[in-house]
Amino acid sequence: MMRSRMCLVIVVAAAFLTACGSAAGTPSASPSGTPLSGTVSVFAASSLTDSFKALGSSFQAAHPGITVQFNFAGTPTLVTQIEQGAQADVLASADPTNMDKLTADGFTAGAAQVFAHNQLEIVVGPGNPMHISGLADLARPGVIYIAEAATVPAGKYSLQALAKAGVSVTPKSLETDVKAVVSKIELGEADAGIVYSTDVKAAGTKVQGVSIPAADNVVATYPIVAVKGTKNSAAANAFILYVRSSTGQSTLESFGFLHG
Amino acid sequence: MRRQSVPLIIAVLATVGIAFFVLPLLGLLLRAPWGDAGKSLTAPETREALKLSLVASLSATGIAVVLGVPMAWIYARVDFPGRSVLRALTTLPMVLPPVVGGIALFLAFGRRGLLGSWLESAFGITLPFTTAGVIMAETFVAMPFLVLTVEAGLRSMDRRYEEAARTLGASRWRVLTRVTLPLIGPSLFAGAILCWARALGEFGATITFAGNFPGITQTMPLAVYLLLETNQAASFILSLVLLLISLVVLIALRDRWLGSA
Repeated sequence: MMRSRMCLVIVVAAAFLTACGSAAGTPSASPSGTPLSGTVSVFAASSLTDSFKALGSSFQAAHPGITVQFNFAGTPTLVTQIEQGAQADVLASADPTNMDKLTADGFTAGAAQVFAHNQLEIVVGPGNPMHISGLADLARPGVIYIAEAATVPAGKYSLQALAKAGVSVTPKSLETDVKAVVSKIELGEADAGIVYSTDVKAAGTKVQGVSIPAADNVVATYPIVAVKGTKNSAAANAFILYVRSSTGQSTLESFGFLHG
Repeated sequence: MRRQSVPLIIAVLATVGIAFFVLPLLGLLLRAPWGDAGKSLTAPETREALKLSLVASLSATGIAVVLGVPMAWIYARVDFPGRSVLRALTTLPMVLPPVVGGIALFLAFGRRGLLGSWLESAFGITLPFTTAGVIMAETFVAMPFLVLTVEAGLRSMDRRYEEAARTLGASRWRVLTRVTLPLIGPSLFAGAILCWARALGEFGATITFAGNFPGITQTMPLAVYLLLETNQAASFILSLVLLLISLVVLIALRDRWLGSA
């Protein structure tokens, strides 16, 4: 009994060590012998979730030796993770500010390149039950408005749009990323939020968008960069090139992004 | 006194295991910006989070005592079909991912929830994004710790004291307040402390069900998480405060957990 238990401990420990080894190990050889192989770890802003998943699969189809792994979260979370040593090869940020912070702290390889733009929209439940027609309605009594925290690009842009429209409103909650705002609208727990047009589009019929006039709207700029110290810079750069290629751009446009 | 010799493999694996827990704590201690500690702790946003955390976790513990002790009593004393299933259901939050708990709370007490939709239409009460929502989320996650601890206390107590009191003519209420509760006092205390500590550390269910707004729903763990992105010094200091509280709780309860075995 004791002996078999000890064996189990050793097997588990060995499995753990092997797992560590393969994760940090050399990239697997690609069948065609091309130099592009291994894993690219892409840290991308939460608003890029659906479009980047699509880009990832078509990129993998074009480069069979490469596996793309995604980590989606609010941009400041991703920046913190990278600065704390997370193994990222590429960062796609939802604003230049967070990207500049990462660059200033010395975590980027080369200059960041803009690959997409996005704009804001008010997100409401299906059928727009609270009859929200513009930013001013968010401040109406009885409307539960939730926002992203001001550190999240979407939260910062929302504040800018509200300021342009001269609307003063206190949100009920400061969510950590845009997807959290959309999901609470979907659940019906909040009445309205400000998110990217692409998020409204991605949620399909589960939510509805109310457009914000151009004069009040804010155009979001998405930069992408290879992370310093990436173990697979060839594949990281190939992915960045792919995102900025005409194929990549048309995929992004199909998700509602504006041309980079 | 000669110590028992430890096989090498056990010593090595145990050391790796211990280091795994000690190193992160050491990291926090060494990297914490001690010079800024006072400033971080008295900053308005940390003070608000501290206050809210104390109010919410103590309220959750109070509710847990009022509702949890009767639950424990029923689980320990009443034999009915489906008791173990019911006990499992009501202690599920101990193992459930807290975010899942938050979603479940939405479906029950949210504006579209089973009970929540009625609460809103009948009384105009909405729980998500309120301090009451924070207390509910914390109670949901933390109460099972109290229920199980008190149930164990009730099961292990000597019931002859209760029987003696009854035969001497004490009413059931008197037996409960003068005999049963004092006898399970230590379990109740331990359960309440565990429950409080768990409530204080609650993150997932809170951010899901109650959201995050300073002074209303942003408790200490939420503040730690968000400060990590804006003010790491304050985030480290708040983490240390939470760590210290947890450590004190665990050391205080050690005798109960290990000594009584």
